[in-house]
Amino acid sequence: MGLIFSFFTVVALGVIVFIGVKAADMRYLFGVIIPYAAFFAFLIGIIYRILQWARVPVPFRIPTTAGQGKSFPWIKQNTIDNPFTSIGVIIRMTLEVLLFRSLFRNTRAELRDGPKLSYGSTKWLWLGGLAFHYAFLIILIRHLRFFLEPVPLPIEIVEALDGFFQVGAPVLYITNLIFLGAVTFLFLRRVVIPQVRYISLAADYFPLFLIGAIGVTGVLMRYFLKTDVVGIKELTMGLITFSPVIPQTIGTIFYIHLFLVSALFAYFPMSKLMHMAGVFLSPTRNLANNNRAVMHVNPWNYPVKAHTYDEYEDEFRNVMKEAGLPVEKE
Amino acid sequence: MANPKPEELARIEYKPPKTGWMDTPAEIRKGMFCHAGKSKSLEYVGLPNPRQWTVMEEDWKLPENWQEIFIEGLRERVNKFRSFRLFLDICVRCGACADKCHFYIGGGDPKNMPVLRAELLRSVYRKYCTTSGKIMGKIAGARELTVDVLKEIWYYAYQCTECRRCSLFCPYGIDTAEITILARELLNLLGLNIDWIAGPVANCYRTGNHLGLQPHTIKDTFDMFADDLETFTGIRVNPTFNRKGAEILVVVPSGDFFADPGTYTTMGELLLFHELGLDYTWSTYASEGGDFGFFTSNEMAKRLHSKIYAEAKRLKVKWILGGECGHMWRVWHQYHNTWFGPMDFLEEPVSPITGTKFENAKSNKTVHICEFTSDLIKNGKLNLDKSRNDDLVVTFHDSCNTSRGMGFLEEPRYIINNVCNKFYEMPPNTIREQTFCCGSGSGLNASENMEIRLRGGLPRANAVKHVVQKYGVNMLSCICAIDRAALTASVDYWVPGTRVTGVHEMVGNALVMKGEKKRTTNLRGDPLPGMEGE
Repeated sequence: MGLIFSFFTVVALGVIVFIGVKAADMRYLFGVIIPYAAFFAFLIGIIYRILQWARVPVPFRIPTTAGQGKSFPWIKQNTIDNPFTSIGVIIRMTLEVLLFRSLFRNTRAELRDGPKLSYGSTKWLWLGGLAFHYAFLIILIRHLRFFLEPVPLPIEIVEALDGFFQVGAPVLYITNLIFLGAVTFLFLRRVVIPQVRYISLAADYFPLFLIGAIGVTGVLMRYFLKTDVVGIKELTMGLITFSPVIPQTIGTIFYIHLFLVSALFAYFPMSKLMHMAGVFLSPTRNLANNNRAVMHVNPWNYPVKAHTYDEYEDEFRNVMKEAGLPVEKE
Repeated sequence: MANPKPEELARIEYKPPKTGWMDTPAEIRKGMFCHAGKSKSLEYVGLPNPRQWTVMEEDWKLPENWQEIFIEGLRERVNKFRSFRLFLDICVRCGACADKCHFYIGGGDPKNMPVLRAELLRSVYRKYCTTSGKIMGKIAGARELTVDVLKEIWYYAYQCTECRRCSLFCPYGIDTAEITILARELLNLLGLNIDWIAGPVANCYRTGNHLGLQPHTIKDTFDMFADDLETFTGIRVNPTFNRKGAEILVVVPSGDFFADPGTYTTMGELLLFHELGLDYTWSTYASEGGDFGFFTSNEMAKRLHSKIYAEAKRLKVKWILGGECGHMWRVWHQYHNTWFGPMDFLEEPVSPITGTKFENAKSNKTVHICEFTSDLIKNGKLNLDKSRNDDLVVTFHDSCNTSRGMGFLEEPRYIINNVCNKFYEMPPNTIREQTFCCGSGSGLNASENMEIRLRGGLPRANAVKHVVQKYGVNMLSCICAIDRAALTASVDYWVPGTRVTGVHEMVGNALVMKGEKKRTTNLRGDPLPGMEGE
C-alpha cells in the first residue's frame, strides 16, 4: 500500500506541474513562488526540528561501547570505538558521519541444519548507502554552478573529475550513473528482501521515488530533452539575488525537476530524512565513555523515596542482634 | 518441561506473514511471556495501579483512563529523554538491525526485529505526538492506541533483553534498550509489570536484595560458605557484615549468595579477600548489586540503588567494590554517578594491595572486581596454580552490558588466562562488543517463559556448541549472575554437558593460599585434576 501510494503521489506531483506549466502557464508559481516557499520551509523546518531535539535533555551518558574501554595503562584501549575523551568522540562521530562506520560492521545471520548459525560480513547496504549519499552530495555541489557567477574553480574541478570518462557531449557524469544505480538498489532491496519489505512504510518509499524522479528528470533534461541552460541559469541567479525572472525559453521538464526538488525540500524536515541532522545528536554515539571518571549531570535529577537503613533496622533489629550483626540502636 | 526438542525448536521460519504488521494482531502465546506482577509487590513500593490480573485473560483490568495515562506518559518522556525522542524520529528502517537480535534469530517473529519492535511504539508516538501522524494516520505509519496495541507493546517489551546488540550496528546508534526501557516505564504506569521483576523489586526494597534474604539468612549463608571453604582449603574465612570503618564496601549480585553456580563465585571472592587480608565489609542492607528496578523505571532503579551509597556513607568506607554482574555494571557505570554524585563522602579508589589508582573510576568511586583482580595479578600479588583448573576447557561469554555499556573486554580475559591453561574464544561475531545475550537478561529469566528464553539463547548456545565441538570446551565462564543462571538452562538444552562458571570461582580454585592444606577438590567439592582417587 505504501509503495503504490508513494509511487502515485510522485507521479501526481509531476502531472500537476506538467498541466500547470503547459496548460495554465503557471511558470511564476512553479519557478519562483514554490521554490522560495519550499526553501524556507526546509530551512525553518530543519532549524525547528534540531532545536526541538536539542531542547530535550540528555539525562544519562549511554554510549554504546564498541571496543575496549579505558582501563589500566597496560590494557590497550580502543580510543575510537570506545572514546574516553572529546577528541575520541569527534573521531568516532567523523567516521560515523563520513564513512558510516556502524553500518560497515553489518553481518548477515544464516541458520543451517544442525542447527548451525553463522554470521557473514555483508557490505552491500553500506556500499549502496555510501554511494547514494556521496553521489548525491557531489551532484549537489555541481549544481552550485547555477547559483554562482563566475563559477568558482573548486566546482569546475569537481565537474572535471566527475566527467573524467568523457563519453560524447554533453559530458557524462559518473555520479549520475552511481546515483541512479544506488537509488535503484536501495529501492530493490526494500522490495526484494522480505523482512525489509515487511517493515517498509510509505515514508520509506516516498522519498526514494521522489529522489529517483529528481534524478531521472535531471538526466532527461541534460541528455535527452535538452533545455535552455542559459535560461535556467538566468532563473536560478534571479532566485538567489531575489530578483526573479522567468525566461520563456525553459522547457517543462525543468519545472518538473524543480518542483520535485521543492517537494523534497518541503518534505525533508518532517520526514525520516532528518537522520542527516539527528545522527549528530545520537547519545549512544556522541558521548565519551567516561561515566565513572566524570560526573554526567541530569538536569531533571530529583530525589527519590528510598527505604532507609533505620527503617530496615527497625524491621530486622531482633534477628540482626541474634545473628550477631551490629545495630545502630540496641 | 514441555519444551519441544532442540531440533524442532530450531526449525525457524523467517518469512514474515502475508498481512502487514499493523493488521496482524499479536498472538499472545504461552511459553513466551512472564506472569503478571502481583499487586502486593507493586503496592509495597507504591507503583501505580496495582491489581491482580492475568495475561491470558481478555480483560487486563486497566484503569479507566489508561489511554490518557499512557499517552501523557509518552509525551512527558519524549521531552525528558533526547535518546527516546530522537530514536522515535530518525529510524530509516534500513533493516540492518533485523538479524542482530537473538530473539529474532532464534524465533523468527518479525516483531522481534528491533526495528519493528520499536515501530510498535513509534506508530503510537506518530499518532499522538506528530502532526503528520495525526493528519495522515496509517499512511504516515501511525495507529490508534487500542487495547490490542497496548497488549502487543507489552508482549514485545518483555521479549527484549535490552542487550543493545542492535544499537551497535545501527547507523544512527538507535538503541532498542532505550525504547524498551521507556516502554516498560509506560507500561508500569498502568501496573503492567511482570512478576519476575516486580517481586524482586519489592524484595530488594524491603530486605536489600532481590531474593528477599533477611540479614540473619545472609549471615547463615556465608557461614555455610565458610564451612565449605574450610573443608576444601583448611582455612576459615571470617567475613564481616555492616562493619563501620572498613576500607571497602563489597556489593555483589545477590544471586551469587543463593543459586549455584553463582555461589562458587562468591566463595572464590571470599578466599581472595581473605588471602589479601582486605579490610572490607559486606552489607545486609545494601546486599544487591543488580537492579531489577532498572527493568521497571528509571525512578525505581534509583530508589533501589540509593541504598548502596547510603550504606557506604553510614559505614564510612572509602570506596565500593562491585561483583560480577552484567546489568548491575551497566547501571553502576552509566547511571550511578548521575543519580547519586558527586560522591564527595568517598575517596578516589586505590588498591590497598598494589597502590594502583583506579583512574577510570575516580569520580564514582566504584571498582569492578575484575579490575581489582587483574591489577593484583599484573602486579604479581597472587600465587596462582593454573593446573588446578586443568580439568576445565574454558570459553568466555561477554555479558551484553559490560561489553556494550562499558567496553569491559580484556580485564576478565586477562584473569582467565592467568588462572587456567585451556582457554578458547568463541567465533568473533559472537563475542566482545558483538556478544549475544544469554537470552534471559533484563528480568526475563523466569520459568514460565522458557520457550522464548531458549529461543533467545540459541545464538549464544550455538557459538558455545562450536567451541565444544572444535576444542572440547566444557566450561562456559562469564561475569554475570543472570548469565550463570540463564546460561545453565540454555546450554543444558542446546549443548548438554557444558557447565557454567564465574571468573572468580576459577580464581578461587587457582589461588594458592598461605597456610592452606593440600587441596584435593575444587570449590564445587569435585576432585581436582589428578586427585580423583584421594
